[in-house]
Amino acid sequence: MDFDLSEEQSLLKDSVERLLADRYDFEARKRHGRGPHGYAREMWQAYAEQGLLAVPFAEEDGGIGGGPVETMIVMEAFGGALVLEPYLATVVLAGGLIRHAASAEQRAAWLPGLIGGETTYAFAHTERQARYDLADVGVSARRDGEGWILEGEKSLVLHGDSADRLIVSARTAGSRRDANGLGLFVVEANAPGVSRRGYPTQDGQRAAEVSLSSVRVGPDDVLGSPEGALPAIERVVDEAIAALCAEAVGAMDRMHRLTVEYLKTRKQFGTPIGTFQVLQHRAADMFIALEQARSMAFLATMMAGEEDARERTRAISGAKVQIGRSGRIVGQGAVQLHGGVGVTMEYSVGHYFKRVTMIDALFGDADHHLARVARLGGLIAA
Amino acid sequence: MDLRFTPEERAFREEVRGFFKENLPEDIRRKMVDGHHPSKQDIVTWQRILNRKGWAVPNWPVEWGGTGWDPVRQYIFLDELQSFPAPSPLQFGVYMVGPVIAQFGSQEQKQRFLPRIANLDDWWCQGFSEPGAGSDLASLKTKAVREGDHYVVNGQKTWTTLAQHADWIFCLVRTDSSVKKQEGITFLLIDMKTPGITVRPIQTLDGGHEVNEVFFDDVKVPVENRVGQENKGWDYAKFLLGNERTNIARVGVSKQRIRRLKELAAIERVGDVPLIETPRFAEKLAALEIELKALEMTQLRVVAAERTREKGKPDPASSILKIKGSEIQQATTELLLDVVGPYALPYLPEDEAADHGSNEPPIGPDWAGPAAPTYFNWRKISIYGGSNEIQKNIIAKAILGL
Ligand SMILES: Cc1cc2nc3c(=O)[nH]c(=O)nc-3n(C[C@H](O)[C@H](O)[C@H](O)COP(=O)(O)OP(=O)(O)OC[C@H]3O[C@@H](n4cnc5c(N)ncnc54)[C@H](O)[C@@H]3O)c2cc1C
Repeated sequence: MDFDLSEEQSLLKDSVERLLADRYDFEARKRHGRGPHGYAREMWQAYAEQGLLAVPFAEEDGGIGGGPVETMIVMEAFGGALVLEPYLATVVLAGGLIRHAASAEQRAAWLPGLIGGETTYAFAHTERQARYDLADVGVSARRDGEGWILEGEKSLVLHGDSADRLIVSARTAGSRRDANGLGLFVVEANAPGVSRRGYPTQDGQRAAEVSLSSVRVGPDDVLGSPEGALPAIERVVDEAIAALCAEAVGAMDRMHRLTVEYLKTRKQFGTPIGTFQVLQHRAADMFIALEQARSMAFLATMMAGEEDARERTRAISGAKVQIGRSGRIVGQGAVQLHGGVGVTMEYSVGHYFKRVTMIDALFGDADHHLARVARLGGLIAA
Repeated sequence: MDLRFTPEERAFREEVRGFFKENLPEDIRRKMVDGHHPSKQDIVTWQRILNRKGWAVPNWPVEWGGTGWDPVRQYIFLDELQSFPAPSPLQFGVYMVGPVIAQFGSQEQKQRFLPRIANLDDWWCQGFSEPGAGSDLASLKTKAVREGDHYVVNGQKTWTTLAQHADWIFCLVRTDSSVKKQEGITFLLIDMKTPGITVRPIQTLDGGHEVNEVFFDDVKVPVENRVGQENKGWDYAKFLLGNERTNIARVGVSKQRIRRLKELAAIERVGDVPLIETPRFAEKLAALEIELKALEMTQLRVVAAERTREKGKPDPASSILKIKGSEIQQATTELLLDVVGPYALPYLPEDEAADHGSNEPPIGPDWAGPAAPTYFNWRKISIYGGSNEIQKNIIAKAILGL
């Protein structure tokens, strides 16, 4: 058992933290968010140059051959700076689908552009009625000669408004919520029949509603089996949850530091408010919640690559529950201890609180995952 | 001991509800149900409807428009108002400065201000907090120096709710720095149009504009706008805060939010099952309803005790109402997040939604929009009006003698 980072991993952590310290303080983030797509193109280029977009890909695909630990390192740092760029959408989600489901030819066609920062992606999967059920897909893919025709509506597509390509899940067989009969289709975002309505999300990021009307997909743009994509989707969503857990830990850690700093500097009744024992205890409770979350984010990272889907899923779900709960304890505490300042847009702590709240709502909230852990028999063997 | 409402009290409740049904414009009610803020105009419209009925300022002395209702009826009225839901009267006038003027103001001040507060001809805001004086309010620094028949005011207030609409602000200012900090404070009424006043918006984390900074730069305030005596302002402020207690728990607001949750959780589905039928959600909701019922009973005990209590003297038990009331209101916003699930995500600020609402469809269910902003915004409830930490200090000191 070893929680220490290897030398390469430490270098990765140092370099991403240094980049963000130089170019992503809270004021810079505000500027980045005013970019045309709600993020900074030049930061995306910087991530490409530092190899961050190559992290999870195999060396033969032009990547650096990193695993879940490397993704965790990047995402935790991104959480600390509230990074806005579409790393989760492009590298973790779409990149994950390509890693797990694409053929060698497809990887050779798509990954250089992704890793080089030229092409961004989004995963168009969620639908209006699905809530958190990954199998609940109504968008249809119908055979059309060698290729396919897609029809239907996707919702809450993270960074879907700025992505160059969309990976769309669609039903090739069976009825809504069937586990079988799902395929993954790669579509140019400006292809005929694709229309997108972008909007900001509560945490300052972006998403889109995507509508697909007779969108043609060639045979080379299908990822893996057109009827058996669900396992790949589940696996990639589990990886994304592990990544989000790391991001949340980065955000909570920063929120907690900001709070402790505030307790030392804010004075009322002639003394720093950090001298009030009740506030010390609240900060201690937040710290405990943070450390429990950090531990479960490690567990999620460790299990993200697990081949046994059942084992993987219950660990990941357990981590998501812990992150959701810790997020409320740390987030609500941080705002409360800042007093009025905590509820303003101008000060950073509220933005961390919002991001952590939205992470809970992504890919299943704490209640959803709690039910799943219970259904799968808990985490401790009977 | 008889814990039931009397037949007369039940009839009174029916009468109040009947009046609301008949008279509250449906578009305003709808806005409130949907979790949007009523506009300035909505609040004015409703206040004037109440004023015509004689119900604008039930809590005031009868000669200035009060209804003479006993505390139980006052409570029933507010409970119905909040749970209907109708806009609450602008509290800065009706519950804060109005009673202070009625109790401590000069005859001229009463005649000049009280009828205009009742009819919401003047919009009032509260200038107590400062950047350095939040929980420790008595350390406030905004200074007023007497020069002939004026005070000259310099300094800054902050967190001033809805100052952007205000005609008047009531302020605590420092008039003597040489004495104990509570003893050098004066209560002034200041016309917002006076030269030297600047209002700057503060955006809250949900994107809204409800609080402001207010700056005073050599602002001349006629001495006749001082309430009561110089350097006695702290006593009036304590009276003001003590009067808040009937309203503080906002039980009616939470009742209405829970009714709304039930409605929405019956629409939202998890697979084939309405969310409200999933055990986890159903039990969380039931647990909250139990907490709320307990709070309502506690509230009624405080209200009943009020019949024999000296007016304006704070009951330390009201701290229980503030703490539990805020926690329960905040819990309703968390349950609403549970209901909307992933549709907490889209951010469509209210004014934009109102501007474009007619042509752009909502993202996801049309009721999901306010869920996250309300969750974020309502964190304020445990911060303002004496934070929950401060309320616990009061319980520990004033009730437990620690
Ligand atoms: C949305 C909003 C609207 C408001 N509207 C108005 C208004 O219209 N007019 C107005 O005058 N004011 C208004 N306020 C101000 C409000 O009353 C103050 O925010 C409140 O008094 C807390 O002060 P503060 O924000 O400076 O926090 P601080 O006093 O700095 O408190 C920071 C933290 O320390 C804690 N703390 C402080 N002292 C102690 C102690 N002795 N023991 C334990 N814990 C302690 C607090 O509970 C809090 O958690 C508003 C505030 C908000 C957020």
